[in-house]
Amino acid sequence: MQVPDDLKYSKEHEWVRTKADGAVTVGITDYAQDAMGDIVFVELPRIGDSFAAGEPFCTLESVKAVSECYMPAGGKITAVNESLLDSPELVNQDPYGAGWLVEVELDDAAEPAALMIAAEYAQYLASLTE
Amino acid sequence: MTKPLIFELGSPGRTAAGLPEPDVPVTKPEELLPFGMRRERQAELPEVSEVDLVRHYTRLSSLNYGVDTGFYPLGSCTMKYNPKVNEAAASLPGFTGLHPYQPEELSQGALKLMYRLERYLGEIAGMDRFTLQPAAGAHGELTGLLIIRAYHVQNGETQRNKVLVPDSAHGTNPATAAMCGYETVQVKSNSRGGVDLDDLWRLAGADTAAIMLTNPNTLGIFDENIKQITDIVHEAGGLAYCDGANTNAIMGKVRPGDMGFDVVHLNLHKTFATPHGGGGPGSGPVGVKDFLTPFLPRPLVECRVDEEAGKTYYLDHRGGQSIGRVKAFYGNFGVMVKAYAYIRMLGAAGLTEASEHAVLNANYLKEKLRETYVLPYDRTCMHEFVLSPLKSGERKVRTLDLAKRLMDYGYHPPTIYFPLIVEEALMIEPTETESKETLDGFAAALRQIAREALEQPETVTGAPHRTPVKRLDEVTAARKPVLRYQRQS
Repeated sequence: MQVPDDLKYSKEHEWVRTKADGAVTVGITDYAQDAMGDIVFVELPRIGDSFAAGEPFCTLESVKAVSECYMPAGGKITAVNESLLDSPELVNQDPYGAGWLVEVELDDAAEPAALMIAAEYAQYLASLTE
Repeated sequence: MTKPLIFELGSPGRTAAGLPEPDVPVTKPEELLPFGMRRERQAELPEVSEVDLVRHYTRLSSLNYGVDTGFYPLGSCTMKYNPKVNEAAASLPGFTGLHPYQPEELSQGALKLMYRLERYLGEIAGMDRFTLQPAAGAHGELTGLLIIRAYHVQNGETQRNKVLVPDSAHGTNPATAAMCGYETVQVKSNSRGGVDLDDLWRLAGADTAAIMLTNPNTLGIFDENIKQITDIVHEAGGLAYCDGANTNAIMGKVRPGDMGFDVVHLNLHKTFATPHGGGGPGSGPVGVKDFLTPFLPRPLVECRVDEEAGKTYYLDHRGGQSIGRVKAFYGNFGVMVKAYAYIRMLGAAGLTEASEHAVLNANYLKEKLRETYVLPYDRTCMHEFVLSPLKSGERKVRTLDLAKRLMDYGYHPPTIYFPLIVEEALMIEPTETESKETLDGFAAALRQIAREALEQPETVTGAPHRTPVKRLDEVTAARKPVLRYQRQS
């Protein structure tokens, strides 16, 4: 199970990547995509929508179930990964890269600091599968 | 071994019947029909002989798998055997020949049956009145929630805009709440599989319209805190709705009305002897406590006692606060007849025994499988139980594979990937009508498959091997659905 070092993680299995300009990219983790199974449909939010931390912002449908993704930190959607509309499998194939979900302008740039670092998330995963 | 479709059989001009020469003048369609109503080209209808036609559909019918063919432990669905005598009752010409516009004096038998069935259901569920109109479980939920909304509106409490739903709930519960314009608030489960009381306490308040709950829940667990749960919601001013889909576990033992529920729906097509899974017709009557009776859909069947004429049954359409009709006429009457016959046939003692056997069978199977599969909520279950076959580190064989492999052993697979709170869930509901031999056979198959998963996993991941079509590509089917048959030319 991949857990890249340069990302922050939420308990709901979303990752956050902070870019040079301060904006962040959000996606779901390798663990999450594996647990969901083959994703067949992605419902993205609209650009300009705002969400509080913990609010559902995106819906993923796999052959098993429909799952919500929860905002790891509050903010406004500035971009969505439109390639997922035609190729939802990107979330399975490359969850940390081409399978990203949204770009967010944070309400509070310091908020991701409270999320888990890679080592903590790996430990959290281990506790789930015990 | 894909077989041709009916459209791919036969050849042009072949036919199953010969028509006599017409004895009236032949007229061309274009002389009779206006241009806009004429086809541009001939319909591509199958052209087959009678024997080809009969063989085609007989073969298809033999591919059906139902409760009458074999064991069908589809958790949450109660696929129990439905005695044929109930079908015979529903087929009586006096019932099948009824017309919904027939006058009351000529429909006394049917009205009496509905009147009595309503009272039986009331006794079983601990409710004061029932509407028999809803045609399915989810239809019952919608009816129940509309009644709850009408009650709050009547009291001027329109700020109650949230419905509490546990995270183990049937998917129809939050869908129903949304359909009624409510916001759904998810209540967590505790480590024993019941409702987390602290979470419920925190969430219940002046904006709570209702809680929707199934007891026993979808983990097959009876929530022993049920009275506290309904008390907390009532204290907050909300009402308690019981999704009675799991009534098969509790008939004659405990009643939703006594657990503190104000509204309940029962699935006659699950618990009360109507075959289901084929898309209907179903029946989801909704029962309420007295204070909600004014809001029930109308008409209700009432009884008038007259010294000379005796008992007369009639339809009472009055009810200014009623939410209105939820179904044309009076509901699916044939299903009511089967439920009536089933209840009368078993009686109170028989219904209680049916529930006892449903629970005993589930626990027997659970104990037989616990050595081989992970049991995430390890406690005495009700009519069903949930396994999580995934053991840590071993992810090659998934629940989907186990389910597919079961088909090779001649069983209908259990429900999989539900409830959502159990990873890789396998949900098994044997029902009361299965014998010990059947349960032993099924358990042996699941243990054998567990062995295969370790020793020859590709046999399991490649399953099914013995069905007319092998593993279907569900992913491509979902991503790129082909929704319309295109004839190959």
